[in-house]
Amino acid sequence: MPIEKGRGSHGKAGVGRLPNLPMGVMISITLNGLKTRLSRAMVTAAGILLGIAFLSYVLTEMTLAGHVTEEQRARQWWLVVMALLTTTVGIANAMLMSVTERFREIGTMKCLGALDSMVVKLFIIEAIFIGIVASIGGWLLGWFFAILSRWSQFGWYAAVHPITLQNAVALAGICTGIGALLTLVATIAPAIRAAEMPAAAALRTDV
Amino acid sequence: MSATEYIVRTKDVVKEFKMGQETLRALNGINVDIRRGEYISIMGPSGSGKSTLFNAIGGLDKPDSGSVFINDVDMAQLDANELAFLRCHTIGYIFQTFNLVTVMTALENVRLPTIFAGMTTDDGTERAIALLDMVGLGQRRHHKPSELSGGQQQRVAIARALANNPSIILADEPTGNLDSKTGTEIIDLLRKLNQEQGVTVISATHDFKMLDVSDRIIWIRDGTVDKIELRSDIDIKVGGMGGEM
Repeated sequence: MPIEKGRGSHGKAGVGRLPNLPMGVMISITLNGLKTRLSRAMVTAAGILLGIAFLSYVLTEMTLAGHVTEEQRARQWWLVVMALLTTTVGIANAMLMSVTERFREIGTMKCLGALDSMVVKLFIIEAIFIGIVASIGGWLLGWFFAILSRWSQFGWYAAVHPITLQNAVALAGICTGIGALLTLVATIAPAIRAAEMPAAAALRTDV
Repeated sequence: MSATEYIVRTKDVVKEFKMGQETLRALNGINVDIRRGEYISIMGPSGSGKSTLFNAIGGLDKPDSGSVFINDVDMAQLDANELAFLRCHTIGYIFQTFNLVTVMTALENVRLPTIFAGMTTDDGTERAIALLDMVGLGQRRHHKPSELSGGQQQRVAIARALANNPSIILADEPTGNLDSKTGTEIIDLLRKLNQEQGVTVISATHDFKMLDVSDRIIWIRDGTVDKIELRSDIDIKVGGMGGEM
């Protein structure tokens, strides 16, 4: 792709416009970043994984148990909602720390020509990636534990019989969807904040 | 693009910062004109407004009033994309703290601006290697910043600043974190770039070693220009000057 330098066909004399980075490039920048910041990413992912694992466990329990009383169901939903709220707060905290640690890096990127929108997109791609991977892990973990628990209490048949391909896939979908969504929601505010900082302020930060 | 005589001009630039209840006037209506191809040092004591001026010229921070012109284009007229384009293609930045991305190798650091400019990976890598060779770090291109000395990191930063062939290099205290000998090497490198490639170098600095290589020295005090000196006007005795202000 040729570099548009100084032709100014759209902009003022001598100033052109930067092309939008292709998605492939943004994804590779994000993945590279995650690879090198692996331990930090894993801590964030662990938070999501555990929260989603609990969701998955409760939902699987409900499927396996079949009939539950109103009261039991209400209590289970209450537990799930609380667990997810805790998870979201934890993710928001982790993401805020991650963004804060990188204020200086973000400021530097802007000096090299990164657009604000690029910075937000990079964080969002990262959030979605971590969210999906961690949610899949959470789904599997919760699912297996619920089955194991039921098996130990009521035997193999009781544990495995209610599971169908449909409800397994539905569960996976719900867990992954909710996990990715929560991670995204938790990341948006810190990412926008990082992207809107004037480049000089980002460089002055003492973090 | 017809070459204008003044590559950077500031006109009555004012910048204030709120510190709690008080307002600090970092720049007090400053006027500066810099010609294409010049090597300018901006000097002044701490708190004089050097870094704030640097940020205003480099489009890193918007002035509260007044204008900054790069190639006769008023920066205030540019939208975010055009400003980013300017930072990507026209201006190269060098900082006291190097500001290299710690998780990337020297090669990847130097290549980063080319990615934002839309260059292919191969072209970008080729350019990065050539630049690292030029600053004398071809052999260390796969090292991360933590594996490089301060002087080497600054060289990488200089190579990075040149990635997209900018017409201006803005250096904020480039030798601030370097010892005397390494600082001299960096200053010589900047001077070489200025003379051989015609890059305009604007450096905000405390370092008297810069005086020797500058075409003009702009002294800043209390947010305005105190005086402007030509190199020929100054009798330089670096050893006897007593170090920093």
